[in-house]
Amino acid sequence: MNGAGIIKGMIETARNFAGSYHDEARLTTVQYPEEKLAPVENARTIPFLVYDGAEALPGLRCTACMICEKECPPQCIYIVKDTVKKPDFVGKMQMQPKVFDIDISVCMSCGICVEVCPFDAIKMDQVFELSTGDRFGGLLLNKTQLAKPNDYFNKLHKTEAAEIDLRRVEEKQKAEAAAAAKAAAPAKPPMAPPPAP
Amino acid sequence: MATASPTELAASAPPSQIMEVAMGPQHPSTHGVFRMDVSLDGETVVKLKPVFGYLHRNHEKIAEKCSYLGSIPYTDRLDYICSLTNNWAYAMTVEKLAGLVPPERAEYIRVILSELTRLINHSALAGFLLQDMGALGTPLMYAFREREKILDLFESLTGARMMCNYMRFGGCRCDLPPGWIEQVRRLVSDFPKFLDEFEALLTGNEILQARTEGVGVLPAPLAVNAGVTGPMLRASGVNYDIRKVDQYGVYGRFQFRVPLGERGDVFDRYMIRILEMRESLKILEQALRDIPGGPIMDPKAKLRNLRPKAGEAYGRIEGPKGELGFYLISDGGPNPYRYRVRPPSLINLTVLEDMCLGQTIADVVVILGSIDIVLGEVDR
Repeated sequence: MNGAGIIKGMIETARNFAGSYHDEARLTTVQYPEEKLAPVENARTIPFLVYDGAEALPGLRCTACMICEKECPPQCIYIVKDTVKKPDFVGKMQMQPKVFDIDISVCMSCGICVEVCPFDAIKMDQVFELSTGDRFGGLLLNKTQLAKPNDYFNKLHKTEAAEIDLRRVEEKQKAEAAAAAKAAAPAKPPMAPPPAP
Repeated sequence: MATASPTELAASAPPSQIMEVAMGPQHPSTHGVFRMDVSLDGETVVKLKPVFGYLHRNHEKIAEKCSYLGSIPYTDRLDYICSLTNNWAYAMTVEKLAGLVPPERAEYIRVILSELTRLINHSALAGFLLQDMGALGTPLMYAFREREKILDLFESLTGARMMCNYMRFGGCRCDLPPGWIEQVRRLVSDFPKFLDEFEALLTGNEILQARTEGVGVLPAPLAVNAGVTGPMLRASGVNYDIRKVDQYGVYGRFQFRVPLGERGDVFDRYMIRILEMRESLKILEQALRDIPGGPIMDPKAKLRNLRPKAGEAYGRIEGPKGELGFYLISDGGPNPYRYRVRPPSLINLTVLEDMCLGQTIADVVVILGSIDIVLGEVDR
């Protein structure tokens, strides 16, 4: 019959319309500014710098190794090395960044900086309300604005942060044990073979 | 007053005039910044010139200056509806170039993600096609509702909804989060219900049939000669699916059929996509059942400072829009010497004029919609 297909379609539309009042699967929208969905654990927006301890800048994990600056596809990271070194979490002297800027108007949130960072120093944030009227200064973040505590990282990416913290604790214990062994046997002859690891 | 004879009337009528209309680049039906310079005789198309390049952003040259790893996020932005299949095609080409073999689990993850991407693409396309015909809103919103559910799955795995940046040469970036497979399984078991609803809404609809049947016919010989691939080629009745021809990845292990059209009109192109979604669901069921454990990265793969030996490689997959290929030449350096994309959208677009000649202007919109282009990929 001519028109039967249209009537069938209208019934389908009516069913969806009625369903949107009681069926979650048929109404998936939320009223955005009033109501916000919590981001999932893996979600990523822009990078931030992780720091340990209470103070932001002295606690930065970043060692200004420049790998992220080199690998960043749109080249939105700008780093200048400091001349003064500082000890890292195992007590080894490391470089630190004097300038660490990210132009988030250029950043495309790919997360390659996180992937290539060997020091777990840069991680992806989940903030998304980043619009500003000042498109130059307001979107160029410096290291003070980028630094976020490790607790914040733990809150965002629970699984990943727990793994990293565990690994860092182990590395620190190993370093302390090595230092203690070195301190306990200072009078060894210089030709002796090194102790097995 | 004597009645004028037909000959006298024809002589006194103004000569037929051709009107040129520039549709786009801001026309809502052109699926992006695409322009068609259409010459019309009355309402009939006598000439059509596609104009594109508005979204050109130097993709190939940027990739030649970028490391092999750095190009992956840029491939997301080619066909931005199906970022994961783009990732796969690129990763596969670099794997050929560098001699890497992804582990089995990674191959299964890739198949699952690529079939989910096909569901996204085809449901979005069917929605947009109906939008082009004037069914404003309803089918598109239903299609997008289902797409959202798949995008949520992508987000929980890759961290982003559209620019996933997930696959790497030699495997995948991270393993599946706990419970993800169950979520996909639930989606796959619910999806046929949506397809049935969608078909009840549309396939039997007389208006849809009147607008699409016999419109924009693409004969099989022309399609083959023009290099058209994907659902558009199969709608013309040519049995060519790279998943079957190359059996890349682990596609050789799955049972699925390749739907074929008969007439090659817009209705066939719409129907092929619906049927392909049903076949994708079959592949997904098998892949979810068989996915093995194990590593997800080739231990030989190194992401930073990859310097493949000098040589060339062409990798291709059956993307949702057709054959998506990447061609890379390495000179042994950290970035490719030549990087070339074979975009299915651009090549499928070349037959637009042949399909539109003799049709009315309203059909041009529908025919363009049925080609399924994404301008990110056409212009690169």
